[in-house]
Amino acid sequence: MTAAVEFSRVSRHFGTVRAVDGVDLTIAEGSFFAMLGPSGSGKTTCLRLISGFEKPSGGAIRIFGEDVGAVPPHLRNVNTVFQDYALFPHMTVADNVAYGLMVKGVGWAARMARSDEMLSVVKLADYGGRKPSQLSGGQRQRVALARALVNEPRVLLLDEPLGALDLKLREAMQDELKALQQRLGITFVFVTHDQHEALSMADRLAVFNEGKIAQIGSPEEIYTHPATRFVADFVGSSNVLPPQVTKAIGGPDAWASLRPEAVRVVAPDGAVLVGEVVGVRYLGAGSRVMIQVGTGALPRTPGYLGTDEVTVAALMPSGEAVPLVGAKVGLSFDPGALHVIDGP
Amino acid sequence: MSAVLPMRGVGDRLTGVFWRRPNVLLWLMVTPPLIWLGVVYLGSLAALLLQSFYSIDEFSGVVREEFTLGTYAELARPANFDIILRTLIMSTAVTLGCAVLAFPIAYYGARYARGHWKAVFYLGIMLPLWSSYLVKVYAWKLILAKEGIIGWAAGATGTTPILEAVLAIPGIGGNSLSTSYLGTWMVFVYVWLPYMILPMQAALERVPTSMLEASADLGATPRQTFHTVILPLAMPGVIAGSIFTFSLTMGDYIIPQIIGTSARFIGLAVYQLQGTAGNIPLAAAFAVVPIVVMVIYLTLAKRAGAFNAL
Repeated sequence: MTAAVEFSRVSRHFGTVRAVDGVDLTIAEGSFFAMLGPSGSGKTTCLRLISGFEKPSGGAIRIFGEDVGAVPPHLRNVNTVFQDYALFPHMTVADNVAYGLMVKGVGWAARMARSDEMLSVVKLADYGGRKPSQLSGGQRQRVALARALVNEPRVLLLDEPLGALDLKLREAMQDELKALQQRLGITFVFVTHDQHEALSMADRLAVFNEGKIAQIGSPEEIYTHPATRFVADFVGSSNVLPPQVTKAIGGPDAWASLRPEAVRVVAPDGAVLVGEVVGVRYLGAGSRVMIQVGTGALPRTPGYLGTDEVTVAALMPSGEAVPLVGAKVGLSFDPGALHVIDGP
Repeated sequence: MSAVLPMRGVGDRLTGVFWRRPNVLLWLMVTPPLIWLGVVYLGSLAALLLQSFYSIDEFSGVVREEFTLGTYAELARPANFDIILRTLIMSTAVTLGCAVLAFPIAYYGARYARGHWKAVFYLGIMLPLWSSYLVKVYAWKLILAKEGIIGWAAGATGTTPILEAVLAIPGIGGNSLSTSYLGTWMVFVYVWLPYMILPMQAALERVPTSMLEASADLGATPRQTFHTVILPLAMPGVIAGSIFTFSLTMGDYIIPQIIGTSARFIGLAVYQLQGTAGNIPLAAAFAVVPIVVMVIYLTLAKRAGAFNAL
């Protein structure tokens, strides 16, 4: 299979800031690829390097095998759904969608027919005559999507396209985007800071941190086998255990991650780990209980660790009795869920 | 402790009134300017309109206060109509010149000037406005005179034939730049340029960068982006600037007096008619012309969709 996008040792520096720093990346054709990371991690810059709005300070970018180092944005067969949608306010929805065809010189009738077609793909068939200002946020998002797809790009870039939508709409759009990508077979490159969005939508996923890729893999690999402490913490808010804790609970002398849903709250007697409940957060489907397992405030008891503060989160399904703040509890866990982190 | 804090005098009481009735504050604020605009400005405009429907007795020179369209008919006389036509052509040319020159400057100011370059940009545009208009016009007379800087520079660089060829163009040329329509146009463009740059820059600044990126992303060349995105979105600013340059040129009576062929423009005609000639009705009729022209211009601009991006 051809690589849709290939980065080799790509860097983008702004003065002394290394926004993207020596990134190697291969995005397979037809995949739904997510770039995940906190703001300022370089994921959006990577997207802009693909679209051509940023020029690399070093390294080479290939799109379907072609080096695009000297190719300006308007000659690249990739299209972008912008974070703010960037719809042209002085044009109707139909003209917005047909814009890519208009600048190519496609005749009016042909491009209007195509625009109608694209609008029905995004379920806005009767909205062609409106102005963008007359649409809701979710509708604008669809128009931006239709406009980017009208040129039949080989790669579609999406820059946090769902960030401005409310939760319900966002979930509906996630399903629609995923279905659309599977139907069209176009390579989607999706930038987000929302780990749930990335995990649920992507085939493959790159986690960015400080301009570098911390890990690339399938959502499942990244969720269950985080390569670095950063990935473990950022993707799914895992418990990151320092070596002494890992060792105390029967693991090797190394950093490890433990998913909150793998931790069970039990009676303190005979438990492998004992701590004090310092916070409880009700999440609807369950409760997240924060247990401090390493502070001098607790009396020495079997299983207690004399280390610095370490807080372990446990996800309790609803229906179980949730301990009160201040209660002394024991922790048990599924040994198979303990993942030793190899990276830094 | 009570939930309501105690009143601390008249100020709090007044704030309370304004809070309960926001319209009171609004009316207090807009009434003085409304009186100014309504009575002083619109009133004098109405008086002007009224005067233009009067006529003057050819023998006694006394204004006859009877309604007639005769004064407007006088505007159509060849000598008067020439003045109107000349003024319209000059105003159009000045507006076009200003728009072409202002655009790159405004674009730079809106897109590229950052930090203290922004300050330099504003200062560079505003600085000429700090000195007297008359001083600038007389300075230009010296620059454009036959023995002036331009003539001297042309001689020093051996480009005098080019200058002479330009001055030999019939209609806009003349004996020297300072006595030609070309010279009048140059000075008008110089004097009104800031009034074109500032609204243009404000309009361009409101065009988000992502919109230009979206256009390029969809395959538009920079030229297409300019025509289909930048220009339509900046159009309200261009129109606002052109209102300034167009109406300021139409009403000016000093520049054509000092620089150019001593042919008359509307402003000069009004000045002379109400002063030396004492023909107030004809002066008023002349003064109505720019108003009518602006109304027609804005109507056409609106119909062409220039304000769609507002």
